[in-house]
Amino acid sequence: MVKNEKIAGFIGKKTLRLASLLVLVCFASFMLIQYSPIDPVRAYIGEMPVTPEHKAQLEEYWGVNTPPQEKFLNWAGDIIKGDFGTSLIYRMPVINVIKERFTASLVLMGISWLFAGFLGFVLGIVAGAKQGTWVDKAIKIYCYALAAAPTFWLALVFLMIFSVYLGWFPIGLSVPIGVTADNVTFFDWVQRLILPALTLSLLDVAKIAMFTREKLIEVLSSDYVLFAKARGEKGMDVVLRHGIRNVALPAITLQFLGFSELFGGTVLVEQVFSYPGIGQAAVAAGLRSDVPLLLGIVIFSALFVFFGNLIADIIYEFVDPRIKQQEASI
Amino acid sequence: MSTAVVTVNRGLFRGLNLRQKTLLIIGSTSLLLLAIVISSVFLEGESLQTDFGSKNLAPSLEHPFGTDWMGRDMFIRTLEGLGLSILVGGFASTISTVLTVILGLLSSAGRSADAFVSWLVDLFLSIPHLLLIILISIGMGGGATGVIIGVALTHWPSLTRVVRAEIKQLKTQEYIHISRNLGRSKWWIATKHILPHLVPQILLGTILMFPHAILHEASVTFLGFGLSPHEPAIGIILSESMRYLSAGYWWLAFFPGLSLLIVVLAFDIIGENLGKLMNPKNAHE
Repeated sequence: MVKNEKIAGFIGKKTLRLASLLVLVCFASFMLIQYSPIDPVRAYIGEMPVTPEHKAQLEEYWGVNTPPQEKFLNWAGDIIKGDFGTSLIYRMPVINVIKERFTASLVLMGISWLFAGFLGFVLGIVAGAKQGTWVDKAIKIYCYALAAAPTFWLALVFLMIFSVYLGWFPIGLSVPIGVTADNVTFFDWVQRLILPALTLSLLDVAKIAMFTREKLIEVLSSDYVLFAKARGEKGMDVVLRHGIRNVALPAITLQFLGFSELFGGTVLVEQVFSYPGIGQAAVAAGLRSDVPLLLGIVIFSALFVFFGNLIADIIYEFVDPRIKQQEASI
Repeated sequence: MSTAVVTVNRGLFRGLNLRQKTLLIIGSTSLLLLAIVISSVFLEGESLQTDFGSKNLAPSLEHPFGTDWMGRDMFIRTLEGLGLSILVGGFASTISTVLTVILGLLSSAGRSADAFVSWLVDLFLSIPHLLLIILISIGMGGGATGVIIGVALTHWPSLTRVVRAEIKQLKTQEYIHISRNLGRSKWWIATKHILPHLVPQILLGTILMFPHAILHEASVTFLGFGLSPHEPAIGIILSESMRYLSAGYWWLAFFPGLSLLIVVLAFDIIGENLGKLMNPKNAHE
């Protein structure tokens, strides 16, 4: 019974939180853009010369002179109905652009997220278990250097090495020139995904590896590991039996909490590799003042980050046996 | 663990103890950064000198980082870019720190104020950082000011979170209770009891904020927001170099990025070593 109550309370709290967060994000970003010097009519017509009368007509049509509160209510009302407006750059509904772009990005982010998590965890375990040896030092230096490397620079370096110098991968573009998106073969697609995914994951590796290392060292210096050693367990056995079990959950949680940085990394990586994902759309929308698209992407990225945090919370509250025990003892 | 305490004291600076060594590391790294900033200030404008007689040269003794398609020396451009990055990073970290102190003290003022601060932190952390900077910089009208404001206004949440947790913990201390019972005002307690405890942490937080601010500034400029193309920012140098990648001019991107990495690393090293000095817990090591 207690368990059900807890779950219901958790869901209620989170739903409330999501709703308030969305309202807030919508309102804040809308107001920010509303009071910015962007001229929506200019953004729409581009560099085309227009007569003042025509411009006034357009302003009338786009509702430039409606008061901000009314504008916000109109916009928010449409968003609740699922209508995010029309993108000025792509000339189609924002929701379709986001759907298409976000799917592409999710594939990229998902692959690198999994790879980074796995590689980082393994490196962290190795470094922690061999604390103080040259393996540990090498992994530490590697992580420090990676954490300090600018994402887009690493992407450029990879592009130079693998695409320009070695010629293994194509330079940019997710689809070969002259082929429509529907006719892309699976191989073409994978070939264009490898480098961005690799870049994105390598940067994430550092964080998770350092964290796992610290945690493992902490666990290995605990009393129960000392006891296990006294009982005669040795070497890798201790790490596998006591270390990994204690380190895995916090590491997974941390990995879910990193959705925000993952998104930021994607924006940069997509830009370098011209991968047609949400990040590239966000940059294009920002540079060319496509307000509906930009606001839509902000809302969806906030959702994305929220779900990452939500999963981390769920792991923390419901999966971690230590939390359960703590609650029982309180 | 007595065996762990015997620290290895080998290598070049054998005669110094760990404290002196740490100070030496901090000093030399700061000197490096200072040198970069000062030389970039003195080189102001130097990087715009074009020399079409020596364009697209690979790195050599005369041009250690090579030259670009207008014959500009990449070493000087990089140096200026780094100086700019450090200055922007410094400005952004300072603003963010001031915000952190204000919000931290505000959160100690009362329940509703604390709720407001934590709500604000959540709001800022709910949007991916890079996207938030882009949004703010557009909202502020874009350009260099937009980017600088965007970077400055978005780096406080994580430090504020730390400071807030620290304040919460401090407030449970007995001497604060006693002080309150003796009739001290909230403001007095906040400035006289809580703030002094937070100073080292805030100082360290500021230094560790630097690398983030620098990387974000470079990223946003790389994406094409903000600084004008003739400004020698690292982000701009790298985004320009993208056009020459397939031509095989690898030095255009490689060295500027590597220098940025070194600067970021230098700030990390300073921060970490300062943390070691200030934390009494591992003073015995």
